[in-house]
Amino acid sequence: MSRPHITAGFLPLLDSALLVLAHEMGFAEAEGFTLGLTRESSWANIRDRTALGHFDISLMLAPMPIASSLGLTPIATPMIAPVMTGLGNNAITVSANLWKAMADAGAPGDLAAGPAGAALARVVRTGGKKLRFGVVHQTSSHNYELRYWLASSGIRPDLDVEIVVLPPPLLPEALGSGSLDGYCVGEPWNSVGVANHGARIATTKSSIWQSSPDKAIGMRSDWADRHPDWVAGIIRAIYRAGEWCQRDVHRQQAAEIMARPAYLDLPVDIVTRALTGQIDDGAHVTAIPDFFTPHAGAANFPWKSHALWYYSQMVRWGEAEASPANADRAAATFRPDLYRAALAGKGIALPAEDFRSSGDQAQRHAVPATNGTVELGPNRFFDGAVFDPARLDDYIAGQSSR
Amino acid sequence: MPSPDLSILIIDENRIRASIIEEGLREAGHARVAVIHDVNEVGRTIAETAPDVIVIDLENPKRDTLEHFFSLSRAIQRPIAMFVDRSDGATIEKAVEAGVSAYVVDGLKKERVKPILDMAVSRFNAFSRLTRELEEARSALEERKIIDQAKGILMKTRGLSEPDAYALLRKTAMNQNRRMVDIAQSLVTAASLLGP
Repeated sequence: MSRPHITAGFLPLLDSALLVLAHEMGFAEAEGFTLGLTRESSWANIRDRTALGHFDISLMLAPMPIASSLGLTPIATPMIAPVMTGLGNNAITVSANLWKAMADAGAPGDLAAGPAGAALARVVRTGGKKLRFGVVHQTSSHNYELRYWLASSGIRPDLDVEIVVLPPPLLPEALGSGSLDGYCVGEPWNSVGVANHGARIATTKSSIWQSSPDKAIGMRSDWADRHPDWVAGIIRAIYRAGEWCQRDVHRQQAAEIMARPAYLDLPVDIVTRALTGQIDDGAHVTAIPDFFTPHAGAANFPWKSHALWYYSQMVRWGEAEASPANADRAAATFRPDLYRAALAGKGIALPAEDFRSSGDQAQRHAVPATNGTVELGPNRFFDGAVFDPARLDDYIAGQSSR
Repeated sequence: MPSPDLSILIIDENRIRASIIEEGLREAGHARVAVIHDVNEVGRTIAETAPDVIVIDLENPKRDTLEHFFSLSRAIQRPIAMFVDRSDGATIEKAVEAGVSAYVVDGLKKERVKPILDMAVSRFNAFSRLTRELEEARSALEERKIIDQAKGILMKTRGLSEPDAYALLRKTAMNQNRRMVDIAQSLVTAASLLGP
């Protein structure tokens, strides 16, 4: 029998690293399948072509399969996310002009979300032109993260500023031409803004919410049901790629692969920044070791509680209706059961629970695993809030909106 | 039956393709067709033309921008825009294969929209065919230039007439089971290496 050939869509983002490495470094091959990668031009195409079956799997914004399962997308199809492609890897970048105003308003320039947000709030309050921020897609971590940062800093995302959508590669230029004042995007598109358009990185995802999810490998749930062995192989290949990429000695090689024309088509230097956690914010280089975590701290594990947090934000911003059925559907989209089954019996410590709180741990800490314990990174939100999935309704009720 | 009263907006960065679709729709009796090439203009255009159907090329990286605009316009009491029909998988499939996507104002009957999407799909396919043929014609022209050059070399160096030079190239290609342009290219390369 010939090896299965699995088609996969991706966008030019560093978050596609594990998918690309699974192909380039032979982790897919080792699991008995080949990967056919197609670079797409928009998240809408990724979503529709995966829903139609043109792609078997895709690198997806983590909230995207949830939105599809909740029926919020044009071709509403139940989808699942059985493996994540890492934690962090986004930042919020602002124009040189906006940064000057923020610095004058007291932004210290240390990439910390709290002080940067407070300075932005002072800028917004002084009036003047309404600031315009770009995000990559509506149901994206970027949109929810940016809105969370703004709202917790005292800025009403739908009233005090304007939020528009543009695909990642077009954001830096839009900032450079003055049609945007800032944007929230995955790497390397923050570093491109810094390098080519005099932009300034204001804060990072790892500071807004530590150890937070961002992208997943998404697929139709009926496809996954028909091909359980392939799904297990995909989970293992992504897991192995993550393990490989996590090692510091491999980061440079990973950057060289990702910089190639078929993937990011950018100078290696730009791609290296996020992969090594050496973030050049436009003024100085700051070491942020957890900027992108491809594997450590159970970074590939699809926590159902993360799915519920995304759902809470969809409700907060009026995209989804709050109902127990919707909450169940959102949680059911993330499949830790498939993850555990695919990696069972390999001596790997896998999280034993499907849910955990976020915002309650300021340090590295151990949680129960199928095989002893597994260590997770700190998970604080910059505003000190705690998300307890067992008290979802209270969390939703306590959120500001608009 | 076409629905001539429908307002249709075409968004395509490719101006030629946009005008091909526009023409097709006008021929089918649609009088209210607007065309824009940049998604950023969509806000104003939607306000002016109130489209019932919006056709956009799938290659357009700003589909996300457009969809976001729809979600905003819902908030200002504009009807929600959606993909053609959730149940009509075959139509969607055909559209995506052709590289076109359509958004339809909520509540519009499927029968009224299908002819428009079918038209867009067939025009998109026709345009791809046209582009391919143009590409083929262009490379045929290139090939003829190379063959002419090779003929010239043979005529000059071996004192052949033009038909004989052509016949020699053709015979050599057949004997070696290669394309004539490849033989001609080798000859041109060799001649340039050997100098004038």
